[in-house]
Amino acid sequence: MGQIRLEQVTKSFGEVQVIQPLDLTLEDGEFTVFVGPSGCGKSTLLRLIAGLEDVSSGRILIDGKDATALVPAKRGLAMVFQSYALYPHMSVRRNIAFPLRMARMSRAEIDRRVEEAAEVLNLREYLDRRPGQLSGGQRQRVAIGRAIVREPAAFLFDEPLSNLDAALRVGMRMEISELHKKLGTTMIYVTHDQVEAMTMADRIVVLQGGIIEQVGSPLELYQRPCNQFVAGFIGSPRMNLIEGPEAAREGATTLGIRPEHLRLSRSEGPWEGTVGVSEHLGSDTFLHIHGIPGCDPFTVRASGEVDLRHGDAVFLTPDRARLHRFDAEGRRIE
Amino acid sequence: MPRAIRTQRKLLTTAVAWFVGLLIFFPILWTFLTSFKTEAEAVANPPLFLNFDWTLENYAVVQERSDYLRFLWNSVFLAGGSTLLGILVGVPAAWSMAFVPSRRTKDILLWMLSTKMLPAVGVLYPIYLIFIRLGLLDTRVGLVVVLMLINLPIIVWMLYTYFREIPGEILEAARMDGANLRSELLYVLTPMALPGIASTVLLNFILAWNEAFWTLNLTAVDAAPLTAFIASYSSPEGLFFAKLSAASTMAIAPILILGWFSQKQLVRGLTFGAVK
Repeated sequence: MGQIRLEQVTKSFGEVQVIQPLDLTLEDGEFTVFVGPSGCGKSTLLRLIAGLEDVSSGRILIDGKDATALVPAKRGLAMVFQSYALYPHMSVRRNIAFPLRMARMSRAEIDRRVEEAAEVLNLREYLDRRPGQLSGGQRQRVAIGRAIVREPAAFLFDEPLSNLDAALRVGMRMEISELHKKLGTTMIYVTHDQVEAMTMADRIVVLQGGIIEQVGSPLELYQRPCNQFVAGFIGSPRMNLIEGPEAAREGATTLGIRPEHLRLSRSEGPWEGTVGVSEHLGSDTFLHIHGIPGCDPFTVRASGEVDLRHGDAVFLTPDRARLHRFDAEGRRIE
Repeated sequence: MPRAIRTQRKLLTTAVAWFVGLLIFFPILWTFLTSFKTEAEAVANPPLFLNFDWTLENYAVVQERSDYLRFLWNSVFLAGGSTLLGILVGVPAAWSMAFVPSRRTKDILLWMLSTKMLPAVGVLYPIYLIFIRLGLLDTRVGLVVVLMLINLPIIVWMLYTYFREIPGEILEAARMDGANLRSELLYVLTPMALPGIASTVLLNFILAWNEAFWTLNLTAVDAAPLTAFIASYSSPEGLFFAKLSAASTMAIAPILILGWFSQKQLVRGLTFGAVK
C-alpha cells in the first residue's frame, strides 16, 4: 500500500512561505510527477513528504496514518537523490544492503534481496566496485537499487536524471517507467523537465510559487490547461500566446494555440508573417514566424521537411477547435 | 621560457628551500649532536661540530637519574587520552555545527577560537585552585581534561572544516535508509571523514605532547610527562647542556618519529578543502 495524503500543508523558511496551504492525495500505485520552474517548491514538497523537512502546519498521512511527526526512517519511503548520494566508502553491494542492515535483517535475507535488485537493475558485475568506479548511469541504478530493496510504500525521486547526458536520460526514463509497471509501487517524481513529466506520469502536479496550478493526466494538461501558466509550461515547443485584437475577436484577453495546431500555406490564411529562424529536426521543422500581431515570434511545427527560407512570406490557419481562450487573470474560458 | 633559465630557477628554488629547511632543523640537529658530547665539549669555544669524542654517557646518566619510561608513559597517556576525549566531544559538536547550523553557529565557532587568544597564565590561579579542591593536582585524569579543553577549539574547528566538505544529501540518504543518529555518525559520517579525523588526531596528539605550561604547573611527580622531564635538567645545579640535550632528544624522539611517518597524512589533512 502507498497512499499519500497532504492536508493543508504549508512550509515557511523564516518569513518566506514557500508552500502555500495545499491539499493533495496521491493514490496507491500511481506515478505522480511534480513539475514546475525552479523555485516553485516542488523539491520542498517532496522533502516534506520524505520527512527531511518539517511542515510548518498541516498533516501528512501515509496509508491513512498520520506521519507528520515521524522521522524519515519511520515513514517507510525510499528516496533517490539528484546527486545519487551513494556512500563513497562502501562497495555497491554494501550501498544496496545499507537500508537492510539498518532494518536489522538477517544476512541471508540481505544477500537474497541485494542479488535480486542487482539482477533487476543489471548491476551484477559491479557489486564489488566502489561508486567512484561507476559511470553516472550506473550510479543512478545503484541509487535506485538501494531504494527498491527496502520494498517501500512509495519511491521519491528528486530530479534523478538531471546529472545524466541526454541519451542516457531517455534510457533511464524508460527504465524507471518499466520499474513502476513491474513493481506497481507509488512513485513521486520531481522534475523541471516537462518532457519527463509528460512521458512518465500517470498524473502531473504543476506547481508555481508554492501553489498547485493544476493536477491532471498528461493529456488533460495538454488539451485543457486550466490557466495560461500551465498552457505555456506544458508542451514543447511552447504554446503561442496571442494578445490584442486577435484575442479580443475570440472573446478572450489571451488566445493560445499550440505550434502543432496550425496549417502552413504560401498563399492563403488569416494570419500573415515572414519566416525567421527554422530548426530542422528531420522528423519535424520548427519555424519561427515574425510579423503576426500580438505574438512575436510565433512558432509553427510542420511535419517533415519544409521548403521555406528565411524571409519567405507565409500564411497560417489555426485549428479552431484547438484554440485556448484565457481571461485577464490568465484563467481558462470554456 | 627557455629551458636553461627554467632549470636555473629550479636549482635556485631548491637551494633556497634546502637552506630554509636546514635553518629550521638546525637547533634539533645541534641538540642531537650535543647529547653525544661531554659537558666540556658542549660549551667549547669555538663550537665543535662533528670532531669530538662521541659518548653515550649522558643518556646513561639521564636514565639513571630519572625514570625515562615513566615520563614517556605519562606523555603517551596525556596526549592519547586528551586527544581521544577531544574527538569524542568534538565529532558530535562539529556534526551539529556543520549539518544543523543555527544563526549563532558562526559566533560560537569564533568564540571558541577566541579562548585560544587568552594567555594561559591568566587562568592559572583559578584552575590551580579548582585542581586543589578536587584533588586533581598531579593526577593524569585532571591533566587529560585540561589538555582536552585547551585543544578542543582546534579539534572542533578542524572537524567542522572536514565535515563541511561532506555533502548533506549523503547523510539525508542515510536517514531515509533508516539510520538513526548513532548509525549515521558511525557508519556514514565517520568513515567518510576518516582522513580529516586522522589529521586532527595527529595534530592534537603533537600539540598535547608538546604542551608545557599546564603540564609543568599542574604536575610534580606522579603525572609528570616528558616536558617536566626536560625541565628538570634545565637549571638548579648549574647548566649541564649535554645532559639537557640528551633529555631533550629522548623527549622529542617519539613525536618526531610519529611526525615523520605521518607527514603525508598531516599535510593532506591540513590542506584538505583548500584544493577541490
